[in-house]
Amino acid sequence: MMTDDELRRKVVETLAEEFELDPEAMQPEATLFDDLGLDSLDAVDMVVALEKTFGMKLTDKESLQAVRTMNDLFELLIRLKGVQGGQQT
Amino acid sequence: MSLNRVVITGCGAISPYGQGVAALVDGVWASRATVQAMPEWGRIDGLHSLLAAPVPELAVKELLSRNLRRTMGPMAIYATLAAREAVAQAALNEDYLASGEVGVAVGSTTGSPSAYEDFYRRYLPDEAIDGIKSGEFFKIMGHSCAANVCLALGIRGEQWAPVSACASSCQAIGLGYLLIKSGRQQAMLCGGADEVHPSVTGVFDVVRAASQRNGQPASSPRPFDRDRDGVVCGGGSGILVLENYQAACARGATILGEIIGFGNVSDSEHIANPHEDAMAGAMRKAMAEAGVEGSQVDYVNAHATGTLQGDLAEARAIGMVLGPGAAVSSCKGHIGHTLGAAAALESIVVLEMLRRQEAVPTLNLENPDPECAVVDLIKKVEKRNLNMVLKNNFALGGVNSALVIRRQES
Repeated sequence: MMTDDELRRKVVETLAEEFELDPEAMQPEATLFDDLGLDSLDAVDMVVALEKTFGMKLTDKESLQAVRTMNDLFELLIRLKGVQGGQQT
Repeated sequence: MSLNRVVITGCGAISPYGQGVAALVDGVWASRATVQAMPEWGRIDGLHSLLAAPVPELAVKELLSRNLRRTMGPMAIYATLAAREAVAQAALNEDYLASGEVGVAVGSTTGSPSAYEDFYRRYLPDEAIDGIKSGEFFKIMGHSCAANVCLALGIRGEQWAPVSACASSCQAIGLGYLLIKSGRQQAMLCGGADEVHPSVTGVFDVVRAASQRNGQPASSPRPFDRDRDGVVCGGGSGILVLENYQAACARGATILGEIIGFGNVSDSEHIANPHEDAMAGAMRKAMAEAGVEGSQVDYVNAHATGTLQGDLAEARAIGMVLGPGAAVSSCKGHIGHTLGAAAALESIVVLEMLRRQEAVPTLNLENPDPECAVVDLIKKVEKRNLNMVLKNNFALGGVNSALVIRRQES
């Protein structure tokens, strides 16, 4: 199973690729909407991209809606990894 | 209600020659063919026409931001880039675009066929939609080009998407003309777009109307030629800025031409076959609205796509309306049939003809079909007094449309 740091790196890599973002801007405190410029359509595609990368299902809408920052996203995925045992695909 | 004059103050093009009006005009005047072999289509069972005039690859990541591109198939990308060029030439500023006085009428045959392919490639095998991206529908919807142009340029006026296959941009220009003429809008970005895809060529192939000169791509299509064997589909987008004449003069815009008549006639005869009376009817309607006699029409830019029936019917219709002396050519030999983009791209070529006072011949017309030679089929680039031009475009489904474009007196 990948480490938490590996997961964070993979999240940054995935979203940088998907949304053509500068990885340097994707600091833990960066907010997805205001700082990184994503919107509601991007949020849908973010889930698709992360599910593909980690082989996990992000079906908990409430947890997803609570995500504001990159760190929120890291924490959610780390939690899910513990439950679902996500694997890189 | 007084009716406004409608002039053209800007043009933009993405064509098989590449990006920009200059590339289109240079290519046409150099008689450069754009049709190429598509050997990779050989994998498709039953497809006999392996020819197309695609748009060369564009540096889209540098030209459009990701948040705009995510909802655009190729055709919407073409339309947006062409619209930007047209707006720049017309010098319409952002405030004016956002004022509500400027609208959009941009059509296409369907939404992006490559996006359809992506969607159904995922959907059909397991009837599943998970994994489909949020932007896909916006590429597929019928008004994808119009919607994306409005969004990318911040346009807040009327949004229209005339969808009539090969006549889409003729109808879009006609619609823009009517909206400005009636005073609903001060300016309109009008045109159309389409993209090369084997399923599109396949539509013509199924009805035996697509060229099969696979070994000699540059020699096809051959409008009005005795050896013509059908359509070659092309891609691109043409956009014209139409503007209220008074408003254009007030802001000191350069006027490229004037739309003075629009005919739009449904033939109700056959879903696929051309109908020369309806073609003639569209031309007559446009001329009547323009107050123009046949003797005043200096040149006809024909729809002529290189099909056996269509070219013949159009030549006869032009002959009926204007007589045997009518000077006629088609742009399809140069850029193929760009479908929804055709009327707008061809109108841009017409505007350049008016500017240069030169008529351009039909590329690949080597041996005129005697049955089509009921009009004067132009053979070479020649100086002519061009003041009044008819621009024809017709479509499957019984759509027959024509514009009268007049040179602006300098």
